[in-house]
Amino acid sequence: MHILVVEDDPTVLSFVAKGLKEAGHLVEMTDNGKDGLFMAVSEKFDLIILDRMLPGGIDGVRLLETIRAQNNTTPVLLLSALADVDDRVQGLKAGGDDYVTKPFAFSELLARVEALGRRGRTESAPQTKLEVADLEIDLLSRTVRRGGQRIDLQPREFRLLEYLARHAGQVVTRTMLLEGVWDYHFDPQTNVIDVHVSRLRQKVDKPFGAPLIHTIRNAGYMLRAE
Amino acid sequence: MTTPAFSTPGPPRRSRWRAWRSASLRFSLAYGTMFALSSILFMSFMWWGTIGFLERQVETAINADARGLAERWVMGGLPTLALTIEDRLEQNLDDDAIYLVIDPQGNYLTGNVSAWPSKVEHTDRWYNLPDTRAGLRGMAQLHGYNLPGTAQTHTEGQLDSGYRLLVGRDVRARGILRHLLTDSLLWAWVMVTLLAISGAVLVHRIFRRMVKTVARTTSAIAHGDLSRRMPLVGNGDEMDQVAEAINEMLDRIVRLMDGVRQVSNAIAHDLRTPIARARTQLEDAALHASTPDELRGAIDRAVGDLDNVTAVFEALLRIAQIEAGARRSAFMTFDLVPVLRDVADLYEAVAEEHGIVLALDLPARLFFYGDRSLVQQAVANMLDNAIKFSPPGGTVYLRAHLREVAPGRLAGPTGEGMLDLSVSDEGIGMSEADMARATERFFRAEKARHTPGSGLGLSMVRAIVQLHGGQMHLSSHAPGLTVSLALPVAASALTEAEEDLSSSAHISGMTQTSPLPHQHDTNSSVE
Repeated sequence: MHILVVEDDPTVLSFVAKGLKEAGHLVEMTDNGKDGLFMAVSEKFDLIILDRMLPGGIDGVRLLETIRAQNNTTPVLLLSALADVDDRVQGLKAGGDDYVTKPFAFSELLARVEALGRRGRTESAPQTKLEVADLEIDLLSRTVRRGGQRIDLQPREFRLLEYLARHAGQVVTRTMLLEGVWDYHFDPQTNVIDVHVSRLRQKVDKPFGAPLIHTIRNAGYMLRAE
Repeated sequence: MTTPAFSTPGPPRRSRWRAWRSASLRFSLAYGTMFALSSILFMSFMWWGTIGFLERQVETAINADARGLAERWVMGGLPTLALTIEDRLEQNLDDDAIYLVIDPQGNYLTGNVSAWPSKVEHTDRWYNLPDTRAGLRGMAQLHGYNLPGTAQTHTEGQLDSGYRLLVGRDVRARGILRHLLTDSLLWAWVMVTLLAISGAVLVHRIFRRMVKTVARTTSAIAHGDLSRRMPLVGNGDEMDQVAEAINEMLDRIVRLMDGVRQVSNAIAHDLRTPIARARTQLEDAALHASTPDELRGAIDRAVGDLDNVTAVFEALLRIAQIEAGARRSAFMTFDLVPVLRDVADLYEAVAEEHGIVLALDLPARLFFYGDRSLVQQAVANMLDNAIKFSPPGGTVYLRAHLREVAPGRLAGPTGEGMLDLSVSDEGIGMSEADMARATERFFRAEKARHTPGSGLGLSMVRAIVQLHGGQMHLSSHAPGLTVSLALPVAASALTEAEEDLSSSAHISGMTQTSPLPHQHDTNSSVE
């Protein structure tokens, strides 16, 4: 993906850029809002990672509002030290697609970047069926089959599997699951997500030998074939 | 004037200005002036009213007298008129009546005045003339009348007979009365003005004392003496109400400042430890690690420690933010039951893994006004704790219902209601002393030291409950602990719930005696 990173802290900027390059993305970067706006409107990016507080007279939210006013629909991930719920709401209302607060784990950022990049590509066609290897998820009848065999899932388990399948081949972090499946925006003290995923594994992976749900160390989970 | 005005030194001038700027002085002066002015107005009105009334009374009496005499004249001519006048003079006990009848030539015919006063020329106006009767000088109010022509008089057919009648009253008494009235009203005004001035002084004093207490207390507090409070008289008047409001505000400020102090102490104590650990690990790895794997391991552990620090830090900030009363903007009315079921659903899997049963006791609907995500978090924290401290095979109860203030009634006298929400576990419980300290930030009971956690869970629950105007209470569950929340509920939710209550009682008929039958219908335990 062609990614623009607008971030004024040089350490964070080089860290993010390095990580994204390692993950195989084409990265361009700038450390102020003015250049960021110029680059965002003059070039076509697949994703913009945007710091909220920027020098150069144009802060992140202003930049975002400006490009959205020009019908630029490039997905934007806001990266900010402002972690209040109100700040998040403000950022998302201004047209942001996702919000990551500092300090952040790079795995979290990368997982969200890839989720956003993929969403941008496939949003056009509404899906009725998700398929990963021999796993089939029918979104209309809300049934799951693997190798032709039907798996009974609780509604919440179904939504968890659906979320993983929609991001198949990508890392999905615990926070993303908590937000995407449960709509919770706080960090529970215990590993509730791990428990739910392991219950899902019992039903989806265990009877079939080959695992589909993989644990990615220090990051989260991934649904993929093999 | 011995000292020129311009050479007067500054301070006294300024102090005079300061006196003028005093709100209490202005207030009391305005009060006094208004009192004096209004009493002047009132008394003038009274004076004019009384004197005018007396004057009008005399005029009416004279007019009536003259009309009666004219009738007599028409009926019986001069002899009848003379007789009537004599009668009237005899009956006049006050001896203040004046009568005179003259013929067209001006000759005396009858009456108690010897001659027509030369000043009385017209018959359409009133005259006030000095008179001397029986040796006494006085004032007389007089009116002259033309007597109409009659059959008896020689000028037949004529409207005006040429005879004239003078009627009057001696108004000496009225003059005396006017003097008396004026004097007493003036004296009364002086008295009232004196009272107004003393009232103004009193008001000034009270006002100044009131303001001074407030000013003294607040300035003491501004200078750092946070223990000072406004004195209460104890009779619950407006002064006391103001004092109470100020004291309440001060209490809250002190609580917030204590919170800040606690947070900074806690940060110093509890955040330094993991930071120091991370630092030690990194330094140790930098100095001693011989393989890349060792180095990576140390770095991973340090990152984990730092993540912990971040989590604690975020929780602290969030608690402080909630306690400061921000975030009220997200308040709305919502059904609490699905929210509770959702949280229970999230934790049910964890409970099951620990071999714990999560039992729910919830009504069908429960409307609540508040911040949905904060309530979620509070309940999540409570369940998290309960599951953490429950032994395998135990049961964790999540209960919620509206409190009945009277049988079948949920709303109190002022229309407010209470919601009881509790989570009970069957774990190790807490000692009384620990319960009292449980909501302190970073407090961890001795028995809970070995379990993971930061000691911030209940602090956050308490902050959330307080934001919603409720109270949190810990009690023993024998064995275990019950965390109960009492939250105020909006009146609208209550009326709906009461309708539910009455309709379901109606449907279930006579067999159902419980006031909350639907509560038992939905009583389910999740396994």
